[in-house]
Formats: sequence, structure tokens, C-alpha cells
Amino acid sequence: MERSQMIREINDIFIDILDNEEIVLNESTQAADVDEWDSLNHIQLVVAIEKHFKIRFTSKEIQSWNNVGEMMDTIEQKIA
Amino acid sequence: MKSFTQIKKNLKNDFSNLKPIRTAILGDSATQFLTQAIRGLGYDAGLDLQMWEADFNQIELQVSDTNSELYEFKPEIIIIFQSAHKLLGKYNKLKGDGHSALAANEMAYINRLTETLSAHTNAKIIYYNYTEIDDSVFGNFSLKAEISFLFQLRKLNYELMVYAAQTPNFYLCDIKTIQNHLGKPTFFQSTVYINTEMVLSIDSLPYVASKTVDIIAALNGKFKKCVILDLDNTTWGGIIGDDGIENIQIGSLGIGKAFSEFQYWIKKLKNRGIIVAVCSKNTESVAKEPFEKHPDMVLRLEDISVFIANWENKADNIRQIQSILNIGFDSMVFLDDNPFERNIVRENIPEITVPELPEDPSEYLEYLYTLNLFETVSYSNEDAERTKLYQIEAQRATVQQKFTNEEDFLKSLDMVSLVEPFNKFNKPRVAQLSQRSNQFNLRTVRYTDDDIEKLSGSDDYATFAFTLEDKYGDNGLICVIILKKETPQTMFIDTWFMSCRVLKRGMENFVLNTIVDYCAQNGYSTLKGEYIATAKNEMVKDHYLNLGFEESDGFWILDVAKYNKRTTHINKK
Repeated sequence: MERSQMIREINDIFIDILDNEEIVLNESTQAADVDEWDSLNHIQLVVAIEKHFKIRFTSKEIQSWNNVGEMMDTIEQKIA
Repeated sequence: MKSFTQIKKNLKNDFSNLKPIRTAILGDSATQFLTQAIRGLGYDAGLDLQMWEADFNQIELQVSDTNSELYEFKPEIIIIFQSAHKLLGKYNKLKGDGHSALAANEMAYINRLTETLSAHTNAKIIYYNYTEIDDSVFGNFSLKAEISFLFQLRKLNYELMVYAAQTPNFYLCDIKTIQNHLGKPTFFQSTVYINTEMVLSIDSLPYVASKTVDIIAALNGKFKKCVILDLDNTTWGGIIGDDGIENIQIGSLGIGKAFSEFQYWIKKLKNRGIIVAVCSKNTESVAKEPFEKHPDMVLRLEDISVFIANWENKADNIRQIQSILNIGFDSMVFLDDNPFERNIVRENIPEITVPELPEDPSEYLEYLYTLNLFETVSYSNEDAERTKLYQIEAQRATVQQKFTNEEDFLKSLDMVSLVEPFNKFNKPRVAQLSQRSNQFNLRTVRYTDDDIEKLSGSDDYATFAFTLEDKYGDNGLICVIILKKETPQTMFIDTWFMSCRVLKRGMENFVLNTIVDYCAQNGYSTLKGEYIATAKNEMVKDHYLNLGFEESDGFWILDVAKYNKRTTHINKK
């Protein structure tokens, strides 16, 4: 999957879960850049992304990402 | 079931027209999402659940300190969620004999919590039972070893049921069956637990919240009272009019099993007090034939309160059933295999619950089990008698048509009423009627067994329970009055509710005569009433006006000295 396609799909998940149509993610977006993206909603996003891409993250992976791009690296490894 | 994300979207809706209920939640694991899910699903149930959430792991602190935020919040409902995970954590730290005493010690702790709460609030407590964790230390032998965690966990779940059965304000929410239904890998997700301290997965939240809201709704008088059945391919397999009585499918062979088991389920509901009605597109005599003659039928005509079989549309027929039973559409469930009929009924009567039955009849029951349609917060022997009562009502309706003069009809009924204060025999029925009455209920204050007990022992209140019996049968306890001594001269009608079964029988007049008598004999000169409007009690809007009370500052006043006894054909028993 192209990374541009992947980030579009992730963007849609963010819009749905955080209920905010205006979210535009790029690979360097961090939690601090999105208002509703707090630690609690983070886990809801993670679970939705797992479902969407039919993968499971480990606890360690979930805690390791610094931005959207790093999360996409993990997804890329898993769906490869 | 809605997803958690969908439920969360409800939180932005307007709750202002919904009934507010102050709901506290205390957990030993993180409960933020659960809190959101409960409030969100409350919206769908017509409730504005105003949530207060204790900080994580503060249960004992909040309960034991009577100045705590919990008591300041003045909750009407208190949800306590102590998780199996934390229970295992406790077990792990125990030494020696401690393991075998885990369930007993936890039970003693839960009892302390409940007693402290009951001493300082009137809130109803909802306690989650324990989901199962097998730590696999003993293997199968854990079931023979009292010392094992699984043994103690299951014992605790059992002891909780015993405790709940004898503790009126303590209700169990059975999340163990949700774990069973969803499977442990769905119910619990380790990454969610590790990252957030939440023991419920995102996917299990809607189910847990839904069962919780079911209890809160039932405590507030919102529950199902009646199930309406279609016949062909719902109650039995095949079409009676086409296939004939010998060819419909029911009994122990093949697909017949599915219908027999379905009928046993309906019969159990009927025995629990759910009214069973039939609504079928059939010729009446043909539709009744299996009930009368088929050896394998579980349901018989005496199980059915209202039987309607004709070729009219089902929405109109259900309206007719509703008018005979006199209960709200929102307390009815309609079961029909035909998607077309289901949609017609849904479109015309949006309040009624119409489950989307699976195509394969062998899946009906498992599907219906998951919906938890028939939540209740009480049960009395009278529930089991309800079918008969409604059948008698249908008979009375027929006789009434023969009398053109209502007075003559009422006289012909030979009605008598037994009037008693609350006592240990009528207490369960009084509490139950208090939960059930929505329409003929002037102030809609709900009382539980426990509240009734307190009232009946108090000098500040006078209580009256009325039965009504006539030549067709005994309606049982059908009306309740609670009078509160407001001043040495004034008696306030705190509660007046009546079962709609006995409307238009002159019961109101008899009741008023009785309580005015009481006031006169005990030196009260004024009787004061109040009507508090709800979505359902419009029928009694002018109740006090019609009975000759005069309005004053939003209350209704009656001068005891000037009262003329009202006409009634009911005699004191």
C-alpha cells in the first residue's frame, strides 16, 4: 500500500473517532497537534486502526511512536 | 449493538428534555470510557444520566468518608465496578489460608460498602459481578480445590447473588454473561489494559453499558410488559391456513424443535408476568386450532391474554391490543418473522420494540437472549397471575358493551375493596406497582421495598393499599396512597397511583372517601395534592380538579369539613 493512501485511510479514522471533520494529518503530526488526541482517545484510535488494517499492535509499539509517520512504519511492517 | 464511537456521538445531543438521574460510578480500574458509554446509551433510553466519576481506585475512600464528593453529589444510582483483574491481584498477594477465605472476605467488604452507602444515601447500588479468569495454576483440579482462584471467584459470584436476593437496594449487573457471549479475547484486550488501566475492551463497552442502562431504566419504570406474537413461521413452522394442523412444524423433530423451544421461552416469560398477546393474519378459528388441539403445542389459549387473528393490518390490530391492555406502546415487544410486517408496525408505531429476527428460526432464541428485552427489578407472585387478570378484563369489556347505562354496569359488578396500611404481605406488590405505574401516577415518586419498609414504620406518614375484587375475580392490590403529615392541620398526598386495569370503576371516588375519612378522624382539616407532569401521566392532569379540589399556588387543596361523600359502587371489605 502507498503511504499516501495509508495516511488518507488513517485520516478518515481520526475524523470518525475524534468526531472532527477538520483534521488533516501528515507524517510528522503529533498528538499535541490535534486537540482531541489525548492519551485516552489514543487507545480508541489504535483499536480502530488495528481493526481497519486487520493487524494487532504490541503494547510496546503503541508506546513507541512519536508521530503519525512512525505509526505508519509499524503498520507497513505488519501488512507487508 | 451500536459501536462505542457511535455511542460517543450521542454525547453531543440535547439531553434537556430527558429525565435526569444522578449517577455515580466508582471503579478499581479506569472507567472513563465506560462512563461515556453509559451516558451515551442513556440518551437512547430517554434518560439524562448525569454522571459523576470517582477518581480511579477510590471506592473505599469515597464510601467511608461521609463528607466525600460522592455524598456531595447526592447520587440516585451508584455503580460499583470491582474487576476480576484486581481481585486476582489481591489473591496473588495473600498468604497461607488467605486464599481459601478470599470470597468470604470480599463479601464482608462488599457488605460493609453497601451498609455504609445505605446508611447515608437512598441510592440504588448496581454492582458488577466478576468475569472469569482462570490462572491455570491448578488446571481442572481448581474445581476441587477451595484454595484456587477460580474456585474463589465462582464462589464469590454465587455469594453475590445470595446477597443481592436479600438486599433490596443492591442490584447485580451480570457482565459475566457478556464475557461469555463475546468471548474472553473480545471482552478483554491486553494492549488497552496495559496502556489505559481499562479492563473492558472498546468492543465490549457498548454491551456492558447497555446492561447497566437496562437496570437504571427498569428502576425508573421503563421496561417491557407485553410480548405480541405472530403465529405462522414465528410460533410454529409453516402456514396453518395452507398446511393444516397435522403439517405445521412443532415438537421434537427437525426444525419443530426450534419452535417448541421458542414456545417454552414465551411460556416462561408468561409465568414471570409478561403478558402474551397474539396478532396474526389468519381466520380466527383456524389460528386457534393448534392451541386447542395440537398435542405438541406448549402455549395454550389460557396463556394468551388477547388473541387477535383477522385480515386487517397489524399496526391497527396492535393498537387494539394496546387499548385493551392499557399499557404504553414502549412497553411492548412484537415478534414476527416477516420483514414486511415488522416494517409496517415500526413505521406506524415507532415506540414499540420490533426485534430483527434472524431468517433461520433455529437462531431466534439465541438472538433474542442477547437483546435482554425483559429486564426487571422486581418479581412477585401476582406477576404470575397477570395473564388471568387481563383475560378477565377482556371478559368484562364484553359485558360492558351490553349495559348502556354505566351506573347499572358498575352496580352489577359487586365490587369490594380491602383497605390496609402497608404491611409485610403487601409490601412487595406496593413496591412493584410503584415501579410500574406510569400513567395513573400523580407525582411518579418511585419507592423500593426498602423505602416502603421505612415509610410504614414512620409516624410522619399514613399509608393505604387498596385491593379491588368483583364478581369476575380479584384484581389484587391496585391502588396506593401515601399521606405525609405536613402540618398539624394539613395532610399532603405524597403518592397516589393506581393500576390502569381498574380505570372507570369509580375507584378514585372510593379512595378519596377513604382518605378524607382518615383526615377527619385524625383532626386534619386540609388535604393537599399535587400533579407533577411526566411524559406519560397526562391522563391524571385534571385528577384533583375533577375530584373537587381547588387550585392554589400549583397545589390542589380540599377542605375536609366541606367534603360531600362521592358516589361509588365499591364497598369496604
